[in-house]
Amino acid sequence: MVAEAKMTATEDRLATLTVPAGGGWLGRAREDALARLKAVGMPGRRDEYWRYTDPTALVAPSPAISTPTSDGDPWEGIDTITVTIDAAGITLPDTLPDGLEISTLAQAGEADIHWARDLYGVLEAAGSRPVARPLAMLNTAFAADGLVIRATGPVAKPVHIRTTGTGDPLHHHVVRVESGAEVTILKSGTAGARANTVTEIDVADGGICHHFRIQGPDHGRHVNTHLFARMGASSLLKSFTLSANGELTRNEAVIELLGDEGAAHIACAAFGKGDFHHDDTVWVTHDAEDCESRQVFKKVLRDGATGVFQGKILVKDGAQKTDGYQISQSLLLDDDSVFLAKPELEIYADDVACSHGSTTGAIDETALFYLRSRGVPQKDATDLLVLSFLAEALEEIGDDALREHVSDRLADWLRHH
Amino acid sequence: MLEIKNLHVKLEDEDKQILKGVDLTVEAGKVHAIMGPNGSGKSTLSYVMSGRDGYEVTDGAATLEGEDILEMEPEERAAAGLFLAFQYPVEIPGVGNMTFLRTAVNAQRKARGEAEISAGDFLKVIREKAKMLKIDADMLKRPVNVGFSGGEKKRNEILQMAMLEPKMCILDETDSGLDVDAMKLVSEGVNALRDAGRAFLVITHYQRLLDHIKPDVVHIMAGGRIVKTGGPELALEVERNGYGDLLGEVA
Ligand SMILES: Nc1ncnc2c1ncn2[C@@H]1O[C@H](COP(=O)(O)OP(=O)(O)O)[C@@H](O)[C@H]1O
Ligand SMILES: [Mg+2]
Repeated sequence: MVAEAKMTATEDRLATLTVPAGGGWLGRAREDALARLKAVGMPGRRDEYWRYTDPTALVAPSPAISTPTSDGDPWEGIDTITVTIDAAGITLPDTLPDGLEISTLAQAGEADIHWARDLYGVLEAAGSRPVARPLAMLNTAFAADGLVIRATGPVAKPVHIRTTGTGDPLHHHVVRVESGAEVTILKSGTAGARANTVTEIDVADGGICHHFRIQGPDHGRHVNTHLFARMGASSLLKSFTLSANGELTRNEAVIELLGDEGAAHIACAAFGKGDFHHDDTVWVTHDAEDCESRQVFKKVLRDGATGVFQGKILVKDGAQKTDGYQISQSLLLDDDSVFLAKPELEIYADDVACSHGSTTGAIDETALFYLRSRGVPQKDATDLLVLSFLAEALEEIGDDALREHVSDRLADWLRHH
Repeated sequence: MLEIKNLHVKLEDEDKQILKGVDLTVEAGKVHAIMGPNGSGKSTLSYVMSGRDGYEVTDGAATLEGEDILEMEPEERAAAGLFLAFQYPVEIPGVGNMTFLRTAVNAQRKARGEAEISAGDFLKVIREKAKMLKIDADMLKRPVNVGFSGGEKKRNEILQMAMLEPKMCILDETDSGLDVDAMKLVSEGVNALRDAGRAFLVITHYQRLLDHIKPDVVHIMAGGRIVKTGGPELALEVERNGYGDLLGEVA
C-alpha cells in the first residue's frame, strides 16, 4: 500500500511528464517501469533508504534551482572519443574506432531487434529488488534519450560523455562490454539544474569496464544518478567518481557479481563546503564464487557540509571465497560538518573474507606541522593532506595518466576553494 | 645564528613546565650537540624552535640571525632558514615524496620573493642529492615516508634538508633506529652540508653519531636546562660514565 502523501507526490511528479512516443521494445520497457513506479511511489522522507537524505528536491514536480553555475570540460587534455549531449540533442562522433559502437537510445528503440532490449530497464529492475529505486524507475519510464554503447574489443581511447544543460533532464545510458572487450567511459558536465541519470552496464565474461566521472565543481545542482552493473565471470568494473557538486547529490551504485572470479571496484572522492549534501548509496551483491569487491568512499567536508554513505555487501548463499572490502571515511575540516554512515554486511556463505570500516576524523595536526615545518603554508599543507586522504579512492583509476589528470584537477579545485 | 635566552616553556593544556631557562647560542659554521637523558626536554626545545602547537613560552627569547622567531608561523621559520629533522618523520600517504619536496622548495622560494625552480632543474638537483644518500628513484616517487624503514625515513629527512638548504639545522635523534651503514650515510649527508654560513644543533643520546659528525660544542641537558657545556670530550665522558656522574656533579 502506498501511503497517501506518497501517492500525491507521485501523481504530482508524473503529471509533469509524458512517456516518450515510439512504442516497440523500448516503449514496453517504459510502460513496465511506469507500472513498477506506480506500485511503490516516489521516495519520501519516511523511507528508511532516504533516512539521511531528504529526497524532496529530487521528487518535486519541478527543479528548485533555475540557473546552475557551469564549469569547463574537466577532462580537457585527455584524448577522447567525445559524445555531447546538450539542448540541441546528442552529437555522436563522425567515426568510431574498431570495437566500438555508439548510437542514441532513440535510434536503438526504432530497431525491432536490438541487444539493448535485454538490458534497458532490466538491470534497473533487477537492482530495484529488494530495495525499490523509484527515481531510477522514473528515469527508465520517461528518459527520452541517452547513449547505447557496445564494446566488442579493446577500445584504446576513452569514450567521453559530456552532458551540459540547465534544465531537468533524464538520461539513460546502456553499455554492453562483450567478452574480451575493454572500454573506458568518462563522464562530465552540468547535466542540468536537476539531473537524473541512469547507467546500466553489462560486462560479459572476461570484459573490462572503467567508468570515471567528474561531478562539479559547480555549485547549485540537484543530481541523482544510478549505476547498475551486471558482472560476468572474470569480468572487471572499476568506477570512480570525483564530486564537488552542490547542493545535493545522490549517487547510487548497484552491482551484481553473477559469474565466478568477477571483480567490481566502486570509489568516490567527494569534497564540499557549506550547502553541500553528498550521498553515496551502494549495494554490491556477490552471487558467484571467488569474486572480489571494493568500495572506497572518502568525503572531505567543511563549513556545515553533509556527507552520507550507505553501503552494503550482500553475499548470497553459495558465493564462497568472496573477498569483500568496504571503507567509508570522512575528513571533517570543522565542527559544523557531519558524516552519516551506514555500513552493512549481510552474509549467507561460510567461506568468505569481508571487511568494512567507517571513520570520521580531523586533519592530523602532526602531519600538518610536519608539512608546515618544511615551509608549506597552512592552506597548501591542508590541501596536501586532503589529497592524501582522498588518494585511496583515486587509486581505483588504474591508468596513470587519467589518475594524474584527476589528481591535478582536484588539486586545482582545492587551491581555488 | 641561533640565540636562545632564558627560555621557559610549559605545555599549553597542562600545568607542566618543561623547559626551565634554556640558554644556548649556536654560531654560524658550528656544530653544537645536545645530549641528555630521556625526558629532559630536548625534543621540546626543537619543537618550540620550529613552532609546533601545544607549547607556551612563558619567558625568554629565541632569535635566528637576530630575528625573533617565536612569533612566527612554522612555515615562516622554515623560509627564514630553520629546519628540523624529526625524531619520528611523518608518513603522508598519497603524496609523492618528490611532489612534496618540490612544493616545499617552491613555497620557501616564494616566501623569500624568489622565482620557482623549474621542474627540470629540480629533478637534476634532487637526483644528485638523492644519489649521495642512496635514495633511489622508487623512494622518490613513493608517498612521503610510507613503507620506509627507520633508516630510509632518516635519510629522507636529510634529503629534505639538502634540498631546502636551511641555515640552521636541528637534528632530533637522527641516529635512533639507524644501523652502522645508515648512520654513515646520514652523517656523510650532514657533513656535506657543513658550511661557514650554516649551523647545526644535533640532539642525540649517544656518542656514536658524534664520531661521524664532529661537534664543536657539547651541551648536556637535564630537567629542562642546559646543565653543562664543554668540548667534544664531554660526549666521551657521557659515553664512559653515563649521565649519573655528570648530573651528580651539577647537583
Ligand atoms: N605534548 C606533550 N604532552 C605531554 N607531555 C609532554 C609533551 N611534550 C613533552 N612532554 C613531556 O615533557 C618532558 C620532556 O619531553 P621531551 O622534550 O620529549 O624530552 P626528550 O626529547 O629529552 O626525551 C617529558 O616528561 C615529556 O613527557
Ligand atoms: Mg626526544
